[in-house]
Amino acid sequence: MVLMASSRHEVGAKSFPLVIYIVVPLLALGLQSLLSLHFNHFDLIDLPLLVTIYYGITQREPVSATMVGALIGIAQDALTHHALGIFGISKAVIGYMAASLGVRVDTENHGTRLLLTFGFTLAQTAVLWLLQRDMLGQQFAWHWFHELMRAVANAVAAVILFAVLDLTRRSDY
Amino acid sequence: MESFFSRYRNALVLIAVLLVQVIGLAVQVRRPEPNAADGHGVRLIRSWVVGLVTPPERLLHASGHGIRGLWANYVDLVHVRQENKSLKSELDRLRLEEDSIAEDARQGKRLQVLLGFQEKYVYKTVAAQVIGTSGTEQSQVLLIDKGSHEGIKPDMPVITPDGIVGKTRDVFRHTSQVLEISDPTSGAGVILEKTRIRGVLRGNSWGQPEIVNVSPDERIQAGEAVLTSGGDAIYPRGLAVGNVERVKPDPEGTLVNVLVKPAANLSKLEEVLVITSTSEEMPTQAQQDLSEADQAEQRASDVLAERLPSRVDPNAPPDQQEAPEDDSADEGAARPVKPPQALHPDRYTPSDTPPAAELVPGQKITNAQSSAVSGAANPAANGAAAAGKPAVSTPTSAGTSAGSGTATKQASSPKPKPKTAPPATQAGAKENPGAKASGTQGAASETLQPQPQSQTPKPETSQPQASPPQGRD
Repeated sequence: MVLMASSRHEVGAKSFPLVIYIVVPLLALGLQSLLSLHFNHFDLIDLPLLVTIYYGITQREPVSATMVGALIGIAQDALTHHALGIFGISKAVIGYMAASLGVRVDTENHGTRLLLTFGFTLAQTAVLWLLQRDMLGQQFAWHWFHELMRAVANAVAAVILFAVLDLTRRSDY
Repeated sequence: MESFFSRYRNALVLIAVLLVQVIGLAVQVRRPEPNAADGHGVRLIRSWVVGLVTPPERLLHASGHGIRGLWANYVDLVHVRQENKSLKSELDRLRLEEDSIAEDARQGKRLQVLLGFQEKYVYKTVAAQVIGTSGTEQSQVLLIDKGSHEGIKPDMPVITPDGIVGKTRDVFRHTSQVLEISDPTSGAGVILEKTRIRGVLRGNSWGQPEIVNVSPDERIQAGEAVLTSGGDAIYPRGLAVGNVERVKPDPEGTLVNVLVKPAANLSKLEEVLVITSTSEEMPTQAQQDLSEADQAEQRASDVLAERLPSRVDPNAPPDQQEAPEDDSADEGAARPVKPPQALHPDRYTPSDTPPAAELVPGQKITNAQSSAVSGAANPAANGAAAAGKPAVSTPTSAGTSAGSGTATKQASSPKPKPKTAPPATQAGAKENPGAKASGTQGAASETLQPQPQSQTPKPETSQPQASPPQGRD
């Protein structure tokens, strides 16, 4: 169900306690780092990306979603050996897109969340591909099957994670 | 203008955020050296994030480790006895292997010294626990719980007992990043164990290490061991890297890439060792191991020698047995080498012939003449031998030589009977200790040769021939 932006914002806008804004991204980064160590293919899933998408589609504020995405991305960059800004740029773009779509699309539906996350995962890989391959001249291989599997895995994980995060929201209206 | 900013506020914010980050990227990428350390600001951000993320990871890791330890140490003890037995048998086997390898190691060390190589031994390591990863496929980075406070610095090799893992990159106070060998930006000098082909190991886009740009060679077979070559000045030489998995052609040229299966399980790392110090001297522990291997080898050879048949046959009659060695001698002292018994007496020594001026045409040279001449020609060499032997019977045919007072004689009969020499002869020997002992037995003459053990009188056989002659007279 697609609604107008203004009506969607008025109908579904909900906020989070401030501590959630800080704890959830850090928890996502920590779990991503820890679980990838113990589960071989867990790095297919990108928990910081899912948190960015979730904040975008629930807050529906492109500016804040862009800032949150950039900060989460830079923090994720800090855990790698890459230059700071690669994930920062890609997640800022994803946050902006998620917030922009969130005001136009019913993001409370699990199917919509599944499709949105699937698309955003591919979009992030595309941004990373552009950044690393064309801007930085680094090696970055694009394997379609692998990227599709990653997108599917993230989409499924998003449905579960978003349902859990919904419990922390409080309604503003 | 105000409406423009308010209308496109979201897009402008996005553009501004992206622009700032792109500029930041450009500043970071444009370094004086490709692998130079991060700038202060970047390092600060990394330190903050790592400082925020790693404490919960440490907590979770520690609690998980405790639970696993509780289970493994107190509950899950099935088959421990059997495992202990198999480990003991494996330890015995490894000890035997160590004995056999120790000699090769020493020989290799000697050869390296000869060739001027400088071996780097792993001298000091710091054990660390892996508490996290980068969490992305694009960055094969580990986080360990040891940092600069524990003596870790950037570019230190990180290994496990199975093989190398990578090297430290960013080092914080209590945490460090380890760049795995499977990352595309890593690099390690390696060598194939059998074919001795060298190359550079780095990760491919799938996160698997491979030796890049190798000349095609049919000798490269799957399963061949890959070792560090030491050429990168980071990893010590000879550490296990992995095994050749397969060879694949390089898509960009005529060379090939050799895919390597890492010896260390990079996807299941829990504890690693950071090599904080290398030395050209073998570590103390290794020296102890080597000496223990030496002793074990010596014991094994002693046991083997006891089991081998002896030269002395206890069942043989006494006259057919060799004279036993003197057991009273110091066991640690070197035993002199005994020359074999001469088959024929020496008749052709050039100095045995008298000078031509003394020869008379038609007269036959007697043995006594020739012996006297040779004794005078080489008094120093023979005098020592003569002084070390007791004087024996003087032949009557040696009148001319006896008149010279320079010669004593020792018979070459198999079992000579010692006799006291005449005073004149003894005096001559004392006046000229370098005089040569010569003598006759029938028509033969001979110079005094080092006497074999069986021909010397019994009292002399118990003394090493290299012992000083003083006190024997």
